[in-house]
Amino acid sequence: MTSKIPSLPTRLFTWGGSMTDEVMPIWMQELIKAIMLPVIGIMFFLLIWGTVAQNIDTSLGKFPGPVQALEQFQSLITEHNDERAKEAGFYQRQDERNSARLAEDPSYQIKIRNYTGKPTFIDQIGTSLITVLTGFILASIIAVPLGIMIGLSKNLYAAANPIIQLFKPVSPLAWLPLVTMVVSAVYTSDDPLFAKSFITSVITVLVCSLWPTVINTAVGTASISQDLLNVSKVLRLKPMTHIFKVVIPSSIPMVFTGLRLSLGIAWMVLIAAEMLAQNPGLGKFVWDEFQNGSSNSLGRIMVAVLVIGLIGFLLDRIMLMLQRMFSWDKQAVLR
Amino acid sequence: MNTTNKSINPILELTGVGIEFPTPKGPFKALTDVNLKIAKGEMISLIGHSGCGKSTVLNIVAGLLQATEGGAVLEGKEVNEPGPERAVVFQNHSLLPWLTAYENVELAVKTVFDKSKSKAEMKEWIEHNLNLVHMGHAMHKRPDEISGGMKQRVGIARALAMEPKILLMDEPFGALDALTRAHLQDSVMEIQKELGNTIIMITHDVDEAVLLSDRIVMMTNGPSATIGEILKIDLERPRNRIELADDPKYNQYRQQVLSFLYEKQRKVEPLTKSMSSNNSEQKKIA
Repeated sequence: MTSKIPSLPTRLFTWGGSMTDEVMPIWMQELIKAIMLPVIGIMFFLLIWGTVAQNIDTSLGKFPGPVQALEQFQSLITEHNDERAKEAGFYQRQDERNSARLAEDPSYQIKIRNYTGKPTFIDQIGTSLITVLTGFILASIIAVPLGIMIGLSKNLYAAANPIIQLFKPVSPLAWLPLVTMVVSAVYTSDDPLFAKSFITSVITVLVCSLWPTVINTAVGTASISQDLLNVSKVLRLKPMTHIFKVVIPSSIPMVFTGLRLSLGIAWMVLIAAEMLAQNPGLGKFVWDEFQNGSSNSLGRIMVAVLVIGLIGFLLDRIMLMLQRMFSWDKQAVLR
Repeated sequence: MNTTNKSINPILELTGVGIEFPTPKGPFKALTDVNLKIAKGEMISLIGHSGCGKSTVLNIVAGLLQATEGGAVLEGKEVNEPGPERAVVFQNHSLLPWLTAYENVELAVKTVFDKSKSKAEMKEWIEHNLNLVHMGHAMHKRPDEISGGMKQRVGIARALAMEPKILLMDEPFGALDALTRAHLQDSVMEIQKELGNTIIMITHDVDEAVLLSDRIVMMTNGPSATIGEILKIDLERPRNRIELADDPKYNQYRQQVLSFLYEKQRKVEPLTKSMSSNNSEQKKIA
């Protein structure tokens, strides 16, 4: 329109319409929406956090604001690096000592001792991730086939449903004492492959994160379209072919919905379990800092809170990526 | 009733077929006393109002429903379960959405010719059938990447690939637009001429029935629906829809079907009720 009547101001014609269409190309508007809006959200949150924090006095001093949390984050990283340097130094000295004694006396039996420093924040993150993934993967290995079986048979569904509904809302904290006692009693070995605390955490995570996958897989399996079942009947597919070619692909979207819920629950449960049972991991880090009660503790806990949230978010994104990879339904809106 | 039969030796015989569905209000009799003999190579249309039990007849022949009275006999064997010798082309294509066109046909071919065909023969057979329905160019596309008419073509290819003794089509073109439907009708006529399949097709479309069929089976309204009239269509094949439009014989057949549907078996139920009966029929089929 502007090129035809160049003498008239375009504003006259676009009055009431979106001015940005004229001023900015679409890609720039999209970019602003994709980046600027989340950034504004975060800034707003930081502002509120900072203001509110200044007005809360605790026995350990003022509640940490964003700045204090950032300081503690940096100090946690420094501690981690220092610890790593100390560890490297320890092993280096041990090697030197050993080689010196070996030179003196060739028949000397080398003794290698492990470094026994306290695990840093980063180490705790690693432990937590390994524990949660182990528990979650074991839970999935049980839950998906179980869900498919339940979904295939209406009778089995009716039989299993009350049990699932009963155990689904149970808090991990209620399971924990039982799991701890059972693990102590049953898992006895002189040279255990895994620490008892690890087994306890894994089982607690497993027991709590099983249910969403079971339920969603069962519902997904039970709600296969009747047309596809008829196709399978007309083709007289063998039971296994039917399950692998028709049932499983058709329920994949629901299975993934269940898996994502399960992983989210697994991560929440793990932190609680670690905290209460003194299993190594981020939960124990939070608890230790709470018991420590230094002026830095609250800031460090705040860092842990944010990191726990970030990891939970990343885990969910990874599941979403897997879902996009495996799901045939590319048009489904996944968020 | 069966005096118009083409041959003495029918491939499929329905004798006294009736079916009752249990409902909370007591049994509901959907079909009663359906008798029909179909000769090899014959093309039969079932036509009637919604809810008259056309799909129920087809599902009994397919083995997806069990008749409570009488039964269907295919080449001397009673039908009591579904099987690939009675391939079905479903109304909404029913392709597995996670498989490509080729893989959908492959699933059928692998099941039916498990032992009798080698891998290379299977591949050739799958491609042959897809080419037959003019889908050779889009073999490796998934159902959500192709149009409704193309999906239905793949559905037909899948059914043909099973080498069925009888091909059952449940309103195969009902969900398609008029132009696509005409294309597919031509394809079906072409394929039937080439392979000589025996076909039972359900339709709502009077023109489609007259154009494609050797006989049109017109059904009365339910409950307790049965065969009202059978109309033999004595038109030369190959048939051409444009030439037939002016053919007095064609128009007479058309008029006969219309008169059966809209005079003798006129639906007098209010719209909402007929919709709900339609729904209940779908539920029963499901």
